Amino acid sequence: MRLLDSLRFRIATLFQRSQMNAEMDDELRSHIQHRADDLERRGVSRAEAQRRARFEFGGYQNVKEDCQEAAGGTLVESMFQDVRYALRLLRKSPGFTAVAVLTLALGIGANALVFSLLNALVLRPLNVPNAENFYAIQRGSGAGWHSYPDYLDLRDHNRTFDDLAAYSITQVGLDAGQSPTPAWVYEVSGNYFDVLDIHPYAGYFFHAADEHGPDSAPYIVLTYAYWHTHFQDDRGVEGRVVQVNKHPFTILGVAPPDFHGTLLVFSPDFFVPIVNQGQLEGQNNLNARGQRWILAVMGHLKAGVTPAQATTDLKSLRSYLEQTYPKEDGKSDFFLTRPSLNGDFLGRPIRAFVAGLTMLAGLILLAACANLGSLFAARASDRSREIALRLALGSSRLRILRQLFTESVLIALMGGALGLFVSVVMLHRLGAWQPFPRFPMSVPVTADASVYVVALVLAIVSGFLFGAVPVRQVLRADPYEIVKAGSTGRVGRRVSARDLLLVTQIAICAVLVTSSMVAVRGLLRSLHSNFGFEPQNALLLNTDLNMGGYRDDRVPVMQKKMIQALETIPGVESVGLVDYPPLAMGGSTTLVFTDQTTDLRPMNAAAEAFVLSVSPEYLHAAGTKFLAGGAFGWHDDENAPRVAVVNREFASKVFGSATDAVGKYFKKRDGTRAQVVGIVEDGKYLNLTEATRPAIFLPILQSPSSATWLVIRSERDPQQVAAAVRGTMRNLDAGLPLYLQTWNKELTGVLFPSRMATVSLGILGFIGAMLSITGIFGMAAYSVSKRMKELGIRIALGAQRKQVLQAALGRALKLLAVGSAAGLILGILATKVLALIVYQASPDDPLVLGGVVLTMLLLGLVATWIPARRALSVDPLTLLREQ
Amino acid sequence: MNDQAQLLPGTLDILILRAVSLGPLHGYGILLRIEQISGNALMIGQGALYPGLFRLVRQGLLKTNWGTSENNRKAKFYELTAAGHKRLREETANWNRLATAIGAALSAQPEEI
Repeated sequence: MRLLDSLRFRIATLFQRSQMNAEMDDELRSHIQHRADDLERRGVSRAEAQRRARFEFGGYQNVKEDCQEAAGGTLVESMFQDVRYALRLLRKSPGFTAVAVLTLALGIGANALVFSLLNALVLRPLNVPNAENFYAIQRGSGAGWHSYPDYLDLRDHNRTFDDLAAYSITQVGLDAGQSPTPAWVYEVSGNYFDVLDIHPYAGYFFHAADEHGPDSAPYIVLTYAYWHTHFQDDRGVEGRVVQVNKHPFTILGVAPPDFHGTLLVFSPDFFVPIVNQGQLEGQNNLNARGQRWILAVMGHLKAGVTPAQATTDLKSLRSYLEQTYPKEDGKSDFFLTRPSLNGDFLGRPIRAFVAGLTMLAGLILLAACANLGSLFAARASDRSREIALRLALGSSRLRILRQLFTESVLIALMGGALGLFVSVVMLHRLGAWQPFPRFPMSVPVTADASVYVVALVLAIVSGFLFGAVPVRQVLRADPYEIVKAGSTGRVGRRVSARDLLLVTQIAICAVLVTSSMVAVRGLLRSLHSNFGFEPQNALLLNTDLNMGGYRDDRVPVMQKKMIQALETIPGVESVGLVDYPPLAMGGSTTLVFTDQTTDLRPMNAAAEAFVLSVSPEYLHAAGTKFLAGGAFGWHDDENAPRVAVVNREFASKVFGSATDAVGKYFKKRDGTRAQVVGIVEDGKYLNLTEATRPAIFLPILQSPSSATWLVIRSERDPQQVAAAVRGTMRNLDAGLPLYLQTWNKELTGVLFPSRMATVSLGILGFIGAMLSITGIFGMAAYSVSKRMKELGIRIALGAQRKQVLQAALGRALKLLAVGSAAGLILGILATKVLALIVYQASPDDPLVLGGVVLTMLLLGLVATWIPARRALSVDPLTLLREQ
Repeated sequence: MNDQAQLLPGTLDILILRAVSLGPLHGYGILLRIEQISGNALMIGQGALYPGLFRLVRQGLLKTNWGTSENNRKAKFYELTAAGHKRLREETANWNRLATAIGAALSAQPEEI
């Protein structure tokens, strides 16, 4: 009751404010009039009496504020006052305010942006009901994919999941009346939507009961986005029959708008049952236990089952599988992962990247706070006279501190708001960005409430953080000394906290500059490094014959026809075919065995080799150099003995020698022997940072594939060649979907992580440099203005320019040197982490070292330019006369 | 003016209470009254009085009424409440004890110790 009353009273006083305010004015004015009456009675003129009375009364506004505090005393009201006072002060020094707000906007903006990424990619679960107990089962520590029989075993023999769904991703040609357009689809198990507990937006979904063996469920469920863009929200789409790779499929329904599949960064166009793999990919692996092509197996844990129990169950399942299928089953364990980034395959690099970014953004905010801390300390000592006066007039230190904190939190909030605004704009762009033209990949970031909350909390915390820097100064201020003597230019010789702050942020800046330079150099080097093929002057043509309705024997015939037709284009030197080119963000590996091995279990494998099915001309067209032997020919078809070209790593790993391997044999998974006819240089196959790995090139006629990439090498202008290629392909078959790109452009995808890292580090480095400049500038300017008197005396005593500069800026420059050196060393250590993302990131590089030193020198020069000019322009006469 | 003493912290309140105890006064009147009863020995800044007045009102020691002053001007008059009377008595006793003690301490002669 009492609490309620007091609350009501407080609210009432808040509303009565204006009335009370007016009464207070009445009373204080009445006082002044009474005083003036008195003075007039003593013979002073009325005007003069009024003036003197007002003067004697003292600072009217101050008195009134003190009265309000004494009378009201409510926290809210005095906070209003503090805010108004702080705003007034900040308006008075717009330069300081702008610098402080911008500095903080940088720090908080960077953090809001990075947190949104973290939130979107790492923290936020998939958009399925009960996401907290939704897990994927990963196999081994690598890509962790499964075969279809694996999936069936997992689904039928586990005891801890409600049910398990599986999906894989593939590209198909969809013909909805016009010519086929390529589309990305999830091939999903029949129970997919039921396991996920997703319900249709329109029409209906397929279910487990619809599956009756291979190609038995020709159904399509569209994603909302694809339905919107390709079917114009047509409600009548349900039941319509369309052609997928020239097979009739029936559209059943549309998935809800907020469901984008189960891989966070890859939204499909539609969903099709996995049992129709034969129609979708031209071949079916539904019975191949060794073919691990299913991206993920996942489901909800049963109620009450813990992840640990599920892991134990999977372990026993794994030993059962190992005993039952000793030949096909590797030694890799099952464990639970989050499905949103396909376990470790995408998850690990993305998490590492985002974690790195988070750390760096945190450092930036710290630097910003350190910087603002010194600015505030400098400002507090500029205001030491004002503070001393207020202390002398009886203001409590607490009140003054509260005022200072109000000011810093106010600045923090303004900076936070600005930073947040900029980062939301940038997020919007990032969300709409499609880094890979060939894939429907995107970064699903939006600024949700949590981002705003984080920005707000960060702003308030950093406000208190840098606001706390001048606290000691205020608590120790001795009003009598300061009012009497003025703040003296004592600059301590010992290392102060402020020095440490500055050194720290210079070091942080140097770390960022070093890392970004290492990243840029690494990126430049990887653009011109040897990939084991020559992307210069080459076009890549991609089509899928399966989409065009070519099957079985017609595939190689058509492939050969395409090569021959394209070779006749004027200016084209060579044309080679490959099922999937290296560094195109995909491809497959296989286990190989030495010729002597008879027990073909995975544990006995000699190597896991990257496999490419190629035409005889491919290696020549790709610019891959032979070290020994030569290519196979068109005569190496399915009736001829198996042959292969291997890379140097394969030769030395399997045969123990890089050159003598020609003519020797190795065994493939199925036990067939293949003879090595040639050895080529090593290359990069899956990504640029991988260790050198073994690779084999098999004749396309002996390991056929309907996936068709053609490397077209020509010195001519790629635009003209591309036009000619399109014309030629149209003449061959106008119904084939085409994707044509220069090989260099295609590599953009594989360079994406390095590019991302370089760009982000560049931005962070730039921010760091800006912060350092303001930091050094603040410190130097502060030290110069505090030591004006001393400098004047030095000049009067005949000091040379150099000596003056040394006296004024020596300390700031010394700090710059120490900070840069520390940062350089730390930065070099940090590149070890960076090397995981950026190929060939190495600090052993005179250009990087020189670049960092030069950058830091430039920073110092820019930051101390104005203070140095000011120090040199000190006029001892004016100075000594006026102060 | 040199024989004017600086106010000790905390003494303004007791002076105000004392001044008002002699009859309702407005702010300027209180100022004059303090100068008068202290024999012009104590000087208070014109504006410095008011925060003290508002504080005492909030503590319930003073009550206020708007009225007309001897100069025929609108003014706010202060008078003691019952709590104010009680507080004044306590503070006066306190002050006297303190003053006696400090006076004795300062006037002590070496041989008395």
